[in-house]
Amino acid sequence: MDGKRNTILFKLFGSSISYMRRCLFSVLSVGPVPNHLAFILDGNRRYAKKWNLGEGMGYRAGFLSLMSLIKYCYELGVKYVSIYAFSIDNFRRRPEEVQCVMDLMLEKIEGLLKEESLVNQYGVRVYFIGNLKLLHEPVRLAAERAMKATSNNNNSILLICVAYTSTDEIVHAAQESCEDKWATTQSSANIKDSQDGEEKDTDDVIKLSDIESHMYMRVAPDPDILVRTSGETRLSNFLLWQTSNCLLYSPKALWPEIGLRHLVWGVLNFQRAHPYLERGRKQP
Amino acid sequence: MLELDFVRLVMFLRWLESAILDLGDEMHKFYARICSTGDLGLRLLWHIIHLFVSIWYFVVGLMNTLESFLISSGLFKRYRDLDISKVKYLAVVIDSEEALQTLNVLQLLRWLAAIGLRNVCLYDKEGVLKISQEALKLWLKSERMSNETTGGPLLDPKNISLEVISFSDGKHAVTKAANVLLKKHYLNGNTEKPNLTESDMAEALGKIGHGGAEPDLMLIYGPARCHLGFPAWRIRYTEMVHMGPLKSMKFGALMKAIHRYTMVHQNYGT
Repeated sequence: MDGKRNTILFKLFGSSISYMRRCLFSVLSVGPVPNHLAFILDGNRRYAKKWNLGEGMGYRAGFLSLMSLIKYCYELGVKYVSIYAFSIDNFRRRPEEVQCVMDLMLEKIEGLLKEESLVNQYGVRVYFIGNLKLLHEPVRLAAERAMKATSNNNNSILLICVAYTSTDEIVHAAQESCEDKWATTQSSANIKDSQDGEEKDTDDVIKLSDIESHMYMRVAPDPDILVRTSGETRLSNFLLWQTSNCLLYSPKALWPEIGLRHLVWGVLNFQRAHPYLERGRKQP
Repeated sequence: MLELDFVRLVMFLRWLESAILDLGDEMHKFYARICSTGDLGLRLLWHIIHLFVSIWYFVVGLMNTLESFLISSGLFKRYRDLDISKVKYLAVVIDSEEALQTLNVLQLLRWLAAIGLRNVCLYDKEGVLKISQEALKLWLKSERMSNETTGGPLLDPKNISLEVISFSDGKHAVTKAANVLLKKHYLNGNTEKPNLTESDMAEALGKIGHGGAEPDLMLIYGPARCHLGFPAWRIRYTEMVHMGPLKSMKFGALMKAIHRYTMVHQNYGT
């Protein structure tokens, strides 16, 4: 009887918190709401050390924060959310730690595919962005399955950057552009001229639009806010190309400590800077 | 008789129809008024929240001004013993409108030279600084020479090496480098499919004159903390600090930003 009453009280409390959050979001929505939010999930290991948690427990705590933050973003009306889950640089960590993260990723990707998961509840389409060939085979296959399974969802988009760095993305886009142009100009006069060894001073064959159409992140518009937790002020090779008009926000909290107040503060700062950033976007 | 009743019935029904339509109109207007009042309430709350945020930033600004003044007066020992060698290459991003204030930019360069920085890269999106770069270099050179002759203690007479870039040195440079790679690796008659690496791209960028060093620290002078399109290839691990508008720049704030950088530890992903 007591247990049942406690459950009812707990549910009422949860509902009232959720109601207050929705009220807060409706006030925030009076101003411009960011269309695309990007997060660098920094501070999981420091969190585990701070609270004397076991190996890998920092990442699990970080995952819980990620789920609540994604939920808040979609409630607010943010359509695109990107997260920097694993950098190509992170492969240089100790093999046991890399394996731990890969195992966690596999577990969580398979969780995404379940009926009652967040992505199905909110109709989220998932993309895995990066050089997926560098991932361990089971993780890569699970990622491809998840992308296929959510391809019909169209409410919001979640971009999970794994085995990603901006410089790798730029080189990959350049390579794809070169291969495209090579295929289309193989039989043209350009090749004959090059083979003749002439310095051909013509218009560049590859244009900026070609490079941008081969970027991994072409499936989303440029981010409006890039959040890096634990107070670090660098981007660590994340979305360097796409953040020309993006507000950079670095709250001091470690990733597992991030909460609604940080999101609200970031959005308020975005709304203050919006006229300036929007002017920058409109300029060529 | 029957016909008269029928006419009356039709008139009554028509009257009823117009009365219902009028009532519908009134209800719609009432509902719209409630909604707009509700919207008005939300708007008011939104403005109140932003008013509090502005007050907060005003107070923080006052505290920062006081702190900058104390730092400039040499009160804090840690700012006097700054290890400037850690900042090998400094980038300064300035909002293009603010970059038109060339005297402010010159003052900033004087401060950077006074602190001991030797390699500085100035960036603004629209290329305003590229137009004034010759004037800036000339001014700095003439000041250096006049200090050497008068033996002024204020400025270290060593030269500051200045690089000035704009938005076209970013994405457009990468496009040009891709064309260089296309000519070198694909259109050279080679049948094997090449696998381009980051060092190939770096080499191509260097070949076309866009292979500048990666800055350790970036100071952003403008309304918002945004790198405004600084060449992406060069800012992988650059610490980015927002300094506020150029017109309210302070020497103490500059010292504090550089000191903070010297305390940072990077793992580079490992």
